[in-house]
Amino acid sequence: MDPLPLQFYGDALPDVDTRELQGKLIVIEGPDAVGRSTQVARLRAWLEESGHAVLDTGMARSALAGKGIQQAKEGNTFGPVTMTLFYATDFADRLENEIIPALRAGFVVLTDRYIFSIIARAIARGEDRRWIENVAGFALVPHVVYYLRADVPDLVSRVVFGRGQFDYWESGMDLGVSTDMYDSFVKYQAKLIRALDSMSSRYGFVTIDASRTPDAIFNDLQRSIAQFFSDIKVTKMGQSSRPAKVATPPRKYPEGSGNPPQSPARSRPRTRPAP
Amino acid sequence: MALSTLQPNRYKGKLIIVEGIDGSGKSTQLSLLAQYLRAKGTPVAFSAWNSSPLVKETTRRGKKKEMFTPTTFSLIHATDFADRMERYILPMMKAGAVVCADRYAFTAYARDVVRGVSRQWVRNLYRFAVKPNIAFYFRVPLEVAIGRILGGRDAIKYYEAGMDLGLSRNTVESFRLFQGRILEEYDAMAAEMGFHIIDATGSIEKQQKQMREIVDRELAVSPNPPVPRAPASRDTVAHARKVQA
Repeated sequence: MDPLPLQFYGDALPDVDTRELQGKLIVIEGPDAVGRSTQVARLRAWLEESGHAVLDTGMARSALAGKGIQQAKEGNTFGPVTMTLFYATDFADRLENEIIPALRAGFVVLTDRYIFSIIARAIARGEDRRWIENVAGFALVPHVVYYLRADVPDLVSRVVFGRGQFDYWESGMDLGVSTDMYDSFVKYQAKLIRALDSMSSRYGFVTIDASRTPDAIFNDLQRSIAQFFSDIKVTKMGQSSRPAKVATPPRKYPEGSGNPPQSPARSRPRTRPAP
Repeated sequence: MALSTLQPNRYKGKLIIVEGIDGSGKSTQLSLLAQYLRAKGTPVAFSAWNSSPLVKETTRRGKKKEMFTPTTFSLIHATDFADRMERYILPMMKAGAVVCADRYAFTAYARDVVRGVSRQWVRNLYRFAVKPNIAFYFRVPLEVAIGRILGGRDAIKYYEAGMDLGLSRNTVESFRLFQGRILEEYDAMAAEMGFHIIDATGSIEKQQKQMREIVDRELAVSPNPPVPRAPASRDTVAHARKVQA
């Protein structure tokens, strides 16, 4: 496969030469509780077994804004435009200081959500689609975007059987559509799914039916991702490639995996527990 | 261009903003104006750039550790602005106050573009902002502003001096070059944005007199268009929901 340089959706970020970005950028999108982080963890283990260095990243994990977003979510005054822009700040920090340096170093970057969740949440809150799409235009166009799609009843049963309770923000309680968390969750997630659906063809999402078992979803993802690599095997169902156990070591770029990513002006630790 | 238009003010209150480079004296003038309005019995609300309690700690962290890129610097200031807009400026204007803002979206238009962010992108970023009823631009020659800054206080900070742009390793020199470029941006947008230009080399009293005349004239004649039953822009709809919630 002849690699074309990655592109930006809108105006390029200052000081980024996309021809230097040798890695692969793979996005896993989907509504809350659809099982994205499970799949990211399994894909990571599988890719690393195959000898590929992986960076995984996700929303509100930036060194700059992660803490601030967590604190804002704990308060009761997180306005919709403020929320959209705080998440955009978080994304920009991770893009410029984690994702791009890792791509430069030839890593596979697996990201749990991308700009599409930020856009969907903004749309669900009545913000202008063109406004937020333009704001998010500094994002790189990924090699592939997998949209794990399931309907609201599937999400509900995953919340009930999984974590066992509804989350305030995942239920979109800030929209004030209902004081009941279940009702609000159902309405809000339906809005998010509609918004993601509406972006699907425009952004070229590869839709995966996520109403099935995690194994079946994983198998689809593996088969699809394998096409980006010449040296990789799809594991058979039920065979290895479990998520890495408990403590993930601090994320360091291993020596000998190409040049360490250069992130001038700072050297922040990038420790992040496995999701 | 439609993407960069600010929202019209459809509220009972009014919005007065001041712009200008550091050392132009705009904050002094705005607080004198606020005094004047209060003395006349006008309800006044005050909002300063970069002052949202929700965002403060993030900005402080970024500055202290020098973590900002032009893009994240721009975005965190827009986040700060959005929080003040949603939580303070809009409700106060709905309540009929005259909101006085020390710096507004135009600060970002000038500063972020100098940092290398796309002009069109920054203008779109602040599209949710309400268009001010009156925008004052305190124009001052670079050397005058620098004299005031250097004479008046402690060391210039890293981002204030635009040290992240790598214009010079000398802080004062970097500050000079950075503010000079911002000044050019302000001058270039002044006509387009309908700034009332105040000659900020004049005496404090003279500038204040000029400001008060303009405010009296503008606030007397033009009541804002009536508040429609259903708020007009989608941003305000979202905001109204939040306020109710």
